[in-house]
Amino acid sequence: MAVLVIAEHAHGALSDATHKVVTAASKFGGDVDVLVAGENAGAVAPAAAKISGVRKVLKAEGETLRKQTAEAMEALVVPLMAGYDAVFIAATTTGKNIAPRIAAKLDVMQLSEIVEVVDQSTFVRPIYAGNAIMTVKSSDAKKVITVRGTAFPAAGNDGSASVEDLAAPAAQSKSEFVSEEMVKSDRPELTAAKRIVSGGRALGSSDKFKEVIIPLADKLGAAVGASRAAVDAGYAPNDYQVGQTGKIVAPELYIAVGISGAIQHLAGMKDSKIIVAINKDEEAPIFQVADYGLVADLFVAVPELTKAI
Amino acid sequence: MKVLVPVKRVIDYNVKVRVKPDQTGVDLANVKMSMNPFDEISVEEAVRMKEAGIATEVVVVSIGPQQAQETIRTALAMGADRGILIKTDAMVEPLAVAKLLAKVVADEKPDLVLLGKQAIDDDSNQTGQMLAALLDWPQGTFAYKIEKDGDALKVTREVDGGLQTVKLQTPAVVTVDLRLNEPRYASLPNIMKAKKKEISEKSPADYGVDITPRLTVVKVTEPAARSGGVKVEDVAALVAKLKTAGAV
Repeated sequence: MAVLVIAEHAHGALSDATHKVVTAASKFGGDVDVLVAGENAGAVAPAAAKISGVRKVLKAEGETLRKQTAEAMEALVVPLMAGYDAVFIAATTTGKNIAPRIAAKLDVMQLSEIVEVVDQSTFVRPIYAGNAIMTVKSSDAKKVITVRGTAFPAAGNDGSASVEDLAAPAAQSKSEFVSEEMVKSDRPELTAAKRIVSGGRALGSSDKFKEVIIPLADKLGAAVGASRAAVDAGYAPNDYQVGQTGKIVAPELYIAVGISGAIQHLAGMKDSKIIVAINKDEEAPIFQVADYGLVADLFVAVPELTKAI
Repeated sequence: MKVLVPVKRVIDYNVKVRVKPDQTGVDLANVKMSMNPFDEISVEEAVRMKEAGIATEVVVVSIGPQQAQETIRTALAMGADRGILIKTDAMVEPLAVAKLLAKVVADEKPDLVLLGKQAIDDDSNQTGQMLAALLDWPQGTFAYKIEKDGDALKVTREVDGGLQTVKLQTPAVVTVDLRLNEPRYASLPNIMKAKKKEISEKSPADYGVDITPRLTVVKVTEPAARSGGVKVEDVAALVAKLKTAGAV
């Protein structure tokens, strides 16, 4: 019995999501190997080798794998699966892009965004934006699984796995990477942040979003999130979106500012430990999930809060 | 360029989902059903491509019960040219959907399959990627912008951390994200016109695809309820609560 975990990494750093996926894979059982593929794989592999419970790290670098495109990752991973009973990958945009391609090639029905491993064929996953929780049993011989990071604790760093080199797949001409435009930020990454300050449509403009939300986030050392409405209105970049189709977060503290609380938003943050809602509409659904609700004008209350903590 | 747009009939996104007391699933009886919101975006994009002279024909396909025909009609009213209904009352998993779509692609020979990135019922986010793999086509998932670039397509994708642009040789599969466009409402004359558009009817057996599920639902339950909290009077009271809880 062996499980392959596909590591998530960027700019030469291993993402914390990988540690969480290793925890989920360990619950599945058997030997856990981690595949580090793509740009900077060589720099990332030693960090992956330190994750507790990992047997070995497979490292693959090369031009075709540079941006971990789904086409290249499929070509790399599918042949490897002869030696594994399951592949686990974080339910990030990278993981979601790659995993179904591998599943289809293996003729396997993928299990998306699992939150619990019951046994080697039974898994729990949210459906309907988290408004229902489904326990499902797979009859496929191999399992292809994406993992919701917030549902599993991160594995430790006391491992000492060996690192093996893999050859990159041959070039294909059907797709190529052109460019990327990444939001530069010194803040913690949303899905890994301990504290999040999120803004909604009530902020009214991109300038007000910056003026009100950022100082509070700075003071708290928090990541910044946004509701879909705020992103759609252009107040915040798409990468900030928390919700059913955006990022799923579960920080220690989530402060929702001027967010009404559509079910699609609640789906992304209701597992946060403490939820604070600041909204002038006392009927807003966000108050139904908030531990502490403050009915107030956010333009007055948030600067006051920023000053008081 | 011929565009194939798969659409799914799902619970309307405004409906509060109720889990059945016997834990076999969610209650779909007498619940408002609509086109999956992401699929509306893909229909809209295909129709805009036609209006811009990039697409020559937009064919809509849906897999589902007889009522899925209404979903196809909605797409036709938005401007799609014709529809295909693959009729089944069975639950069809993404892998089987992808296999059926691969057969439709073999018949229809589109240059682009444009579909929603996920359906809001099972939240799987799999079908487009699976279809691309089965066809050995390139894929552009979570599209934020789609541009024609000679014979290729440039797709800007919403990814964690920002935006990424890839260039795909056609034929290709593209799945759409929320901000690609804002779908139109069909006008009354277009709804009337859509009634005359052709919808052909097929069954999974016509395509020789085995749609037997690979997953068995053990149970469906309500999520753990979050206990309602308290309202605080003012910012000072909020800060006091947060300090007591050790949150700040």
